[in-house]
Amino acid sequence: MRDYEKYIRYRTFPSPWCPGCGIGVTLKAIATAFAELDLDPDDIVAVSGIGCSGRMPTFFNTNTLHTTHGRALTFATGIKLARPDKNVIVISGDGDSSAIGGNHLIHAARRNIGIKMILINNGIYGMTGGQVSPLTPQKFVTETTPFGNIEPKFNIADLLMGAGATFVARETVNRMKPLKDVIKKSFLHKGFSVVEVISNCHVNLGRRNKMKDPISMTKWIAGRTVTKTQYDKMTPEEQDHKYPVGLIHENTSRLEYSELYYKHIVPAAQEAAKKGPGGAAFAAQKNTITYRGSK
Amino acid sequence: MSEEKHFISGNDAIAMGVRLSRPHVISAYPITPQTIVVERLSEMAEDGSLDAEFMHVESEHSAMSAAMGVSAVGARAFTATSSQGLLYMAEGLFYASGGRFPIVMMNGNRALALPWSIYGDQSDSLGLLNSGWIQVYVEDAQEALDMVIQAYKIAEHKKVLTPFMVNLDGFILTHTYELVSVPKQEIVDKFLPPFTTVNKMDFERPMNMGMSTSPKDNLEYKYQQHRAVMDSVQVIKDVDKEYEELFGRGYGGLIKSYRIEDAEAVLIVLGSITGTVKVVVDKMRADGHKVGVIKIRYMRPFPEEELLEECSHIKSIGVIDKNISFGYEGTVFTHVNSAIAKSGFSPFIMNFIAGLGGKDISKSHIEGMFMTLLEGDKKKNKVQFVGMGVQINE
Ligand SMILES: Cc1ncc(C[n+]2csc(CCOP(=O)(O)OP(=O)(O)O)c2C)c(N)n1
Repeated sequence: MRDYEKYIRYRTFPSPWCPGCGIGVTLKAIATAFAELDLDPDDIVAVSGIGCSGRMPTFFNTNTLHTTHGRALTFATGIKLARPDKNVIVISGDGDSSAIGGNHLIHAARRNIGIKMILINNGIYGMTGGQVSPLTPQKFVTETTPFGNIEPKFNIADLLMGAGATFVARETVNRMKPLKDVIKKSFLHKGFSVVEVISNCHVNLGRRNKMKDPISMTKWIAGRTVTKTQYDKMTPEEQDHKYPVGLIHENTSRLEYSELYYKHIVPAAQEAAKKGPGGAAFAAQKNTITYRGSK
Repeated sequence: MSEEKHFISGNDAIAMGVRLSRPHVISAYPITPQTIVVERLSEMAEDGSLDAEFMHVESEHSAMSAAMGVSAVGARAFTATSSQGLLYMAEGLFYASGGRFPIVMMNGNRALALPWSIYGDQSDSLGLLNSGWIQVYVEDAQEALDMVIQAYKIAEHKKVLTPFMVNLDGFILTHTYELVSVPKQEIVDKFLPPFTTVNKMDFERPMNMGMSTSPKDNLEYKYQQHRAVMDSVQVIKDVDKEYEELFGRGYGGLIKSYRIEDAEAVLIVLGSITGTVKVVVDKMRADGHKVGVIKIRYMRPFPEEELLEECSHIKSIGVIDKNISFGYEGTVFTHVNSAIAKSGFSPFIMNFIAGLGGKDISKSHIEGMFMTLLEGDKKKNKVQFVGMGVQINE
């Protein structure tokens, strides 16, 4: 058994993913990062929303929660606040995270809550059969844009940085080792982290855009992949068609949200409560809900 | 004038019905088993065969909000959803009915999480009966198409001005192909003229919408809304009659009975299961059992009067519910019981909870239900779960 395999729940296979889907590659990268950090599977909570990507936690030998479409980050926020000692990770598709759940993405970034998010961007609503998403490139044909998508896509990294995110990275399913390395790095970051994984959905996106097999789609991804330094030298028009990869932004100066909460709010509330009427009961209650007490 | 026949699915039928109704704006978010409706309509909007804007909204909450915006300026809106999506719209559903926005929506009936299931039951729409929407449940793809067209006419009627939900069983109807007669556009145009309403914003006559009330006048608003849905009963019947005259297909008002004249036991059902029950009725009748079936078409307005007229002579009445109000009984059963109690007659009643999360309801299950009704054993638990595959330890 290889190291990463202890994080994989083989009995739930086969997976729902089409042959050649990048979600499987991402699964292995995440499991390998777990292994290299030697995390205890029981200390990991993998949370997901709905979509092909959302099915991933089912295959992790960890605690898992398969939530409603778009809400993985909110469930995970609750988990992280109650148990900041756990490694809470979120797996989410581009639709799940930037369409129906877009609101939660910016708020998680604003709070800097220590959730590790892997955002699998295949540029389409995969599970429902290929409808346009806020991350579908322009001109692409989808089930709901038969004459090509006219809407601009989000640049997730820019959006996150604008919202105050402290760790933003991007990789592609073509680059297994850098993908695993950056995921590992994100797990070591204290605040909210997002690794956007550019993935292939040759079945529901590629097929309609002359890339019906995994090879042609991953080649297309490779053609658009550039390093951050290369990217910075490009004109905005050139940049529009490229994905800079690697660590894009990191800020270690902001405190993580649950740490702020337990170090500042809880003691302050206890102090205030001691002085106020009926404060003793409140103070006692606060003492019991510190997260280590809930073990 | 003969209609063209198409071999299409329930979802296709909905999309065709929508195109014939000439909505101005369609806003929808994909969800199984409704996705095909969204895809067909976006194709039609882009290839020009449907003169409408298609909005690729980012969620169902936005789909419903956008539809209300469309309706607020006096344009015709359509949206479609299912299950989790319908629940996510819930805030908008109540707002739409309170705002008297006659939006038409297709809902593909599907189970609710948890546990996850993409398969059919009717927990979604029945859980939202109180949202103020008219609710019809269709039996086949033809009825789905016809009801979209009727829905606009009913919803937009000035006495009604209430949004309208067309429900069809997920997969069983949304994905099954049938031969469907597609009405001619000229005749639909005659039946369904362009939408006009006083309840809209325009530049000549500016209007404040979405007002607050005080405790003094809130009740009065709600009363008027209630009246509108009550008044829709007559409108539904009139519209169906007019539709039958023009297109040769009528659905007979709010309920539809089959072989109940001399029946001793009757099953009351919603939606696609009706066909299977009819087959069982025919077989059991041939064996000498006096059984029949009543299909409830509308859950809102609830067809209390029609139901009582039809079944006051029946000794044994069973209700199949593809939903369960946990801790009580099936929602349709509660409604039927309430109607029966008000009228004062007391048949033997049973509630059969079946088909949850797409579980098959077989002919033998239905035969079993009829036998239970005919036996009339009063000691039996009134709420029975039918077709449980595994033994659950109590
Ligand atoms: C409230 C709600 N609306 C819609 C759906 C239907 N739905 C399931 S997955 C999905 C899109 C998934 O796309 P994405 O998040 O990009 O993930 P992918 O499948 O591509 O990995 C949608 C719309 C749902 N489950 N719940």
